[in-house]
Amino acid sequence: MTPHAPYQPVFGAGGEARRELDELIPRYPRKMATLLPALWIVQRERGWVSDEGMAEVAGLLDLTPAYVKGVVTFYTMYHQHPVGKYFIQVCTTSPCGICGAEDVAKAFLRHTNTGELGVTSSDGRFTVIEVECLGACGFATPVMINEEFIESVTPEKVPDLLARLT
Amino acid sequence: MITLTIEGRQVTVPEGTTILEAAKQVGVLIPHYCYHPGLPVAGVCRMCLVDVEKAPKLAPSCATTVAEGQVVHVHNEKALEARKGVLEMLLINHPLDCPICDQSGECELQDYTYQEGREDSRYREPKRFNPAEDFGGDVVYVPNRCILCTRCVRFMDDLAHDPVLNVSERGDRALIGKFDGKDLTHPWAANVVDLCPVGALLSKDFLNKARAWELDRTASICPNCTQGCNVMMETRENQLVRMRPRANEYVNAFFMCDWGRLNYRWMNEKDRVERPMVRQGGSLAPTSWERAIAAAAATLKGKRTFVAASPMLSNEALFLLTQLMQGGAFRVAEGDEAPLPGIEDLALRRERAANVHGAEALGFTKTRDLLSGLGQGDALVVAGENLTGVDPAALTRASAIVVISSVLPESVANAAVVLPIANFAEEEGTVTNLRGRVQRFTQARQAPGETRPSWLVLGDLLGAIGKQSSFFLPSDVFAKLASTNKAFAGLSYDTLGFKGLPLATAKETGPKAPLAMGAP
Amino acid sequence: MGYPHQPHQRETTVLSRYFGVAEARTLAGWKQRGGYQALEKALAMAPADIVNVVKESGLRGRGGAGFPTGMKWSFMKPGDGKPHYLCCNADESEPGTFKDRELMRWTPHALVEGCAIAAYAIGAETAYIYIRGEFTEPLHWMNEAVKEAYAAGIIGKNAMGTGKRIDVHVHKGAGAYICGEETALMNSLEGRRGNPRIKPPFPAVSGVFGMPTTINNVETLIAAIPILMNGADWYKKMSLSNPKSTGTKLYSVCGNIERPGTYEVVMGFPFRDFLYDVCGGPLAGRKFKAVIPGGVSVPIQTMEEAEATLMDYEGFVAQGSMLGSGGVILIDDAQSMVAVIARIARFFAHESCAQCTQCREGTAWTTKILERIRDGQGTTEDLDTLLDIAEQMTGTTICVLSDSCATPVVSGIKKFGREFEALIQSRSFHPVIAAVA
Repeated sequence: MTPHAPYQPVFGAGGEARRELDELIPRYPRKMATLLPALWIVQRERGWVSDEGMAEVAGLLDLTPAYVKGVVTFYTMYHQHPVGKYFIQVCTTSPCGICGAEDVAKAFLRHTNTGELGVTSSDGRFTVIEVECLGACGFATPVMINEEFIESVTPEKVPDLLARLT
Repeated sequence: MITLTIEGRQVTVPEGTTILEAAKQVGVLIPHYCYHPGLPVAGVCRMCLVDVEKAPKLAPSCATTVAEGQVVHVHNEKALEARKGVLEMLLINHPLDCPICDQSGECELQDYTYQEGREDSRYREPKRFNPAEDFGGDVVYVPNRCILCTRCVRFMDDLAHDPVLNVSERGDRALIGKFDGKDLTHPWAANVVDLCPVGALLSKDFLNKARAWELDRTASICPNCTQGCNVMMETRENQLVRMRPRANEYVNAFFMCDWGRLNYRWMNEKDRVERPMVRQGGSLAPTSWERAIAAAAATLKGKRTFVAASPMLSNEALFLLTQLMQGGAFRVAEGDEAPLPGIEDLALRRERAANVHGAEALGFTKTRDLLSGLGQGDALVVAGENLTGVDPAALTRASAIVVISSVLPESVANAAVVLPIANFAEEEGTVTNLRGRVQRFTQARQAPGETRPSWLVLGDLLGAIGKQSSFFLPSDVFAKLASTNKAFAGLSYDTLGFKGLPLATAKETGPKAPLAMGAP
Repeated sequence: MGYPHQPHQRETTVLSRYFGVAEARTLAGWKQRGGYQALEKALAMAPADIVNVVKESGLRGRGGAGFPTGMKWSFMKPGDGKPHYLCCNADESEPGTFKDRELMRWTPHALVEGCAIAAYAIGAETAYIYIRGEFTEPLHWMNEAVKEAYAAGIIGKNAMGTGKRIDVHVHKGAGAYICGEETALMNSLEGRRGNPRIKPPFPAVSGVFGMPTTINNVETLIAAIPILMNGADWYKKMSLSNPKSTGTKLYSVCGNIERPGTYEVVMGFPFRDFLYDVCGGPLAGRKFKAVIPGGVSVPIQTMEEAEATLMDYEGFVAQGSMLGSGGVILIDDAQSMVAVIARIARFFAHESCAQCTQCREGTAWTTKILERIRDGQGTTEDLDTLLDIAEQMTGTTICVLSDSCATPVVSGIKKFGREFEALIQSRSFHPVIAAVA
């Protein structure tokens, strides 16, 4: 995609995403309550939430783009920049931290050749970040690769995990 | 009504009043940042913490309503320690760049730190840094000085109904943000600069122009439309450098529009007539006030007189003009109306002059064709009118022209007499806004040369004509107006005060902002 | 049971009985195991009677605060003409806690049932289950269960054929610890930043969408099922200690321990037996040094305190901590307490919503000082400063995130001060720090 390619709406009339959003709206007394779900749909469809995506959602829900941006920047799971095909989140919060989670994160950085947290590998395949508490502390170290939740990851398991990914 | 004790002083206030507002009534200002009486309560800065007896925790006084028998300590050790802590935290990442900050001298962070803060900081870590950002309109944002009080966000959301500002990010990374390409272009947006209690939101117009302590501040009225927003005119070395809103719950709450705010340079105008002049042969020659007044009286005496007036003139000047005229008219510049939707009946008005309503109430005809009422052979008095765009042919109907203005319009270079008067910022008087509220304005700068206030000049002129003895003060003129005009009956400078009163003929309106307790 | 382990004989598996049993996830499987009988029973009762049973059972909130559930439900005034809402707090994000995750991924229908019962009891027609965005698996199973329950007419406009409307919707969070705070959750649900609200007004007066709202934790709502089936007395009797702490409690156990996982024991169970017997004790060759018994927000316990604790709301307080969310984190002798506490502070600094000054600035400042000490650049004044900042951060803000950050710092310095001092004493020369010190 060139930087100047015109933005294609996610919620185009008659499309699946639009239908999905229209079904969500009656669940709440106010349309604005579908903001988080709508942003999730944008991220699912586009891989991240761009300024254009925020503006589109703002228009649909009678909000301003600035308002939507304030919300997007509050929640860490919305990507405000494109990320690798495989977005790898390693929990390093205290309970996992004392079980060696930082070594798991380092192993991912090494084996994905990303080198640095938050940086996407040159082939565009991987982005590795440390994440605050994934809520699976008894299965240290939990790792999320896109939507997949993997428990009890150790540095030794990392090469095999990555080998599974196309 | 609820009775409570604040700092040992008993106070009785209506149920639902906050401790912070109740404290103001007994002269106790509880330090605060995020609270502003014109905005919804946020309760986030935690600066207004006070100790309420029997409460387990310190209470944010802006968000805690009074209760019967409450005993509130604002300045005891517990409350002071908490606020000292807040101040230290607000400063850990602050650049401490007061010497180059426009807010310096009128900064609440400075004030409260001097008042209650620590003398040193225990912070030894690197400070966070974010670059300054042009927010569009008249506003620039300096995030390093921002204390995240969110007054600006709440103003744009709740009052301007144009939420173009947000809080972005979380934790200590948080800052005020906007969306690329969506600027602070709302016609009332510059109010965020006044609302900002620190130097984070600055006016581009005022940037680096003056230090706050160099300014002289004068209570006045914005002359730029018929709303009549109450303002402070701020001058430095006799030059107007800034206009800011002055709170008046009956007119403008705490706000004024950007157009009015930034349209002050004309009051510093340089191309002034500075001495009275009379025609001698082919040209106007300077003379003394006595001779000029006498010449003007002689010119007008016995003639049908038509006045082309400016709706920027005060009620006093316009009233005196009516005493010498047989006909009078005015015209007014127009623009788009721009409301502040969060406040009832507050807008930048279509008619862009302060005293349109006063001129009409006093018998001037509003017209587009200014001189249509000028009869053949009439004497013409041009009062404050610049005559821009007026057909010069119409002027030839006048048998003689007397100019009473601060600037001499080119088209009346053949005037018989020119009497230089002060402009809006240079004299005292009253104006009547579009809802019929009569409000006083006072002199913010010295008039140049031999220029005199309009009411004084007109009073002398009337005296010379033999119609009225001269007045010593503008209030004398107003008293005369009140005694002769039913609409103004019962009003006086004393009763008007600095918030004004409605004409007898105007509809009473209630306050439009919760301002009972005074300024923020 | 101690998922992923076999249940320990000393556990009392009421809520966790079907953990690991895949069939219990489906509607058919849930019904086979007695599912939705409690809802059926509830819908035949008067709402006030349900509230009374829950009140009598002594059930207290399992999310952390321990507020009596029946009393909370009774705050919802029937017939006020306003729509009522139930929010289920499934944002489980307190580090160390993952019990709700297991409840939702193994027994999703239990939560649907619990929500439906509570909604009916408080006069709400709509329940929102707010699940943190990271919980992809619980989200999947909850969505499936809700879909099945709608299809079977258990919920919807004619719940179980009673003519009563009970809608249950799953709402996905997007990564914010603070949304576990009840009013922040409501803001988030409304499509706002997850900023906690000033209280009052309390949710029962003005909650989500400005309407009367009850908000309960996942475990609390599910606990209502056996209470309704077996009665308040049955539940009340499940306590080895204090009459104010009744029933069973799920504990998430993690950190440096032999068998991490989720366990269910009755109130008042001896913590010592729990740690060394039920959960298998420390890792081979190691010793426990400290335990954080209720998620990272609660005070750190020394092992002396922990081993003297009876596991209930009062018991943890008596031994210098709190039951909290039941997230038990074991720290062994291989760990540096300074590093552990610095990492906890970093978590809170990351998660502060940025509203209140003390929290926004204090959490970050605390983290910076702790990390400097951890890295061998601390000074003795730093400890005084940390304690003073902690005091400023306690009891002064809208919500307790700020207090939560201060808690482990204060208890850590108080109970493990020697580790801090040792690091400070051994600090290496740093020209900048030395210059200002």
